[in-house]
Amino acid sequence: MTPIVSYKNITKAYGELEVLKEIDFDIYPGEKVALIGPSGSGKTTLARLLMTLEEPNSGTIEVEGKGLWHEEINGKLVKANGKHLREMRKSIGMVFQHFYLFPHMTVLKNVMEAPVTVLGLSKKKARLQAEEMLEKVGLGDKLDVYPAQLSGGQKQRVAIARALVMKPNIMLFDEPTSALDPELVGEVLEVIKEIALESDMTMLLITHEMDFAKEIADRVAFFNEGTIAEQGTPEEIFNHPKTPRLQTFLSRFNP
Amino acid sequence: MSTYEIFVSLAKVGLKVTLQVTFSAAVLALVLGGISGLARMSKHKIIRFISSVYIEIFRGTSLLVQLFWMYFVLPMMGIRLSALTAGILAIGLNFGAYCSEIVRSAIQAVPSGQTEACIALNMTKVQRMRRVIIPQAFVMMIPNLGNQLIELLKSTSLVSMITLTDLTYQANILNATTFETTKIYSMLLIIYFIIGLPLSKGMKLLEQKVSEGRV
Repeated sequence: MTPIVSYKNITKAYGELEVLKEIDFDIYPGEKVALIGPSGSGKTTLARLLMTLEEPNSGTIEVEGKGLWHEEINGKLVKANGKHLREMRKSIGMVFQHFYLFPHMTVLKNVMEAPVTVLGLSKKKARLQAEEMLEKVGLGDKLDVYPAQLSGGQKQRVAIARALVMKPNIMLFDEPTSALDPELVGEVLEVIKEIALESDMTMLLITHEMDFAKEIADRVAFFNEGTIAEQGTPEEIFNHPKTPRLQTFLSRFNP
Repeated sequence: MSTYEIFVSLAKVGLKVTLQVTFSAAVLALVLGGISGLARMSKHKIIRFISSVYIEIFRGTSLLVQLFWMYFVLPMMGIRLSALTAGILAIGLNFGAYCSEIVRSAIQAVPSGQTEACIALNMTKVQRMRRVIIPQAFVMMIPNLGNQLIELLKSTSLVSMITLTDLTYQANILNATTFETTKIYSMLLIIYFIIGLPLSKGMKLLEQKVSEGRV
């Protein structure tokens, strides 16, 4: 099977600090991959590179067989222009740690915005779609409320609905529950789990919720200091960790 | 001359010009402020340069001198403007420079996460500005723009120096003929204050309206 996403020899540095060091990483269609590891190990950067929020210093990323940051024109690799990036982004959606809802729009408008302005859907159609999606994440009764009036868990569920209506093939979840109060984590994980189980979307989940990763991931990759230190099935990673670094990391979650 | 007669005389002769200059210069200032504020953040160096030259010149020199320059110097270069046009142009250009800094700083104050969310939703740069960034920046601009508008209204008294018969000019005339100095200039203060009231009230209402739902 050919990978849907393929990182090849990716290096990303901020000044002197190398956050990703020559990463090779493939993700296969429909796969649910969890990225775990300490803060600053490069997990989030890996997702941000795929969402085109940042550009790698070297290496290439391929999505559905096409270069993300580079495109091939007459056999030559050239830097992708805005048009190419927009074409590539159609396949990718992202949910952020801090939600980033549009504060000046109601819940419903937040979810309708991109289908109308980006995909050119009629308002009526976009509205139906948005209502359906919000119903699915359990917010069918909050359509006309502004984000400021929602709890963190509700905000994140709106953000998930907003990303899902764009029907991406690949969904990135960047620590979707890390900014939430502990009692609100469950409702968001429940929604993500539901999506993971019922859809064949490819999912990349960055998380510190180990039980959750164990439950929904097909594969878990452990990041440490800008490299993938270990990867395997949840069973291999959580029950039989090989590297001492992963053993120490996991021991902090199971005291 | 009674206080009432002074009021009528000022309102009859000067009020129209003051309102005309205030309104036209305010529209010009807001338009220029918007354009040059955005131009300040352009990716093209030349556009940024032109915009910052404009801002520095009009912020860095006196409004009164700018008025004199447009009314008395430009004709020597063959450009003849009516006093009204010169007044509106000078005040509009001057306040436009201040407004542009308000526009720029408000746009830059919108959190970068909003931009990232737009990119993740595949919006173009224009869609992002129009639908997400500017509406949020606008709310932050309103109090400062309101201050500028009131400041602009008060500055219009300077146009009396280039022969326009605005409120202040008319007050000077009245004073020279009647010597009712206390009454005349007190009434003048009151009239400026009364014109300013709906301006600040209006900006308050606008702020409430556009920040609906937000805490």
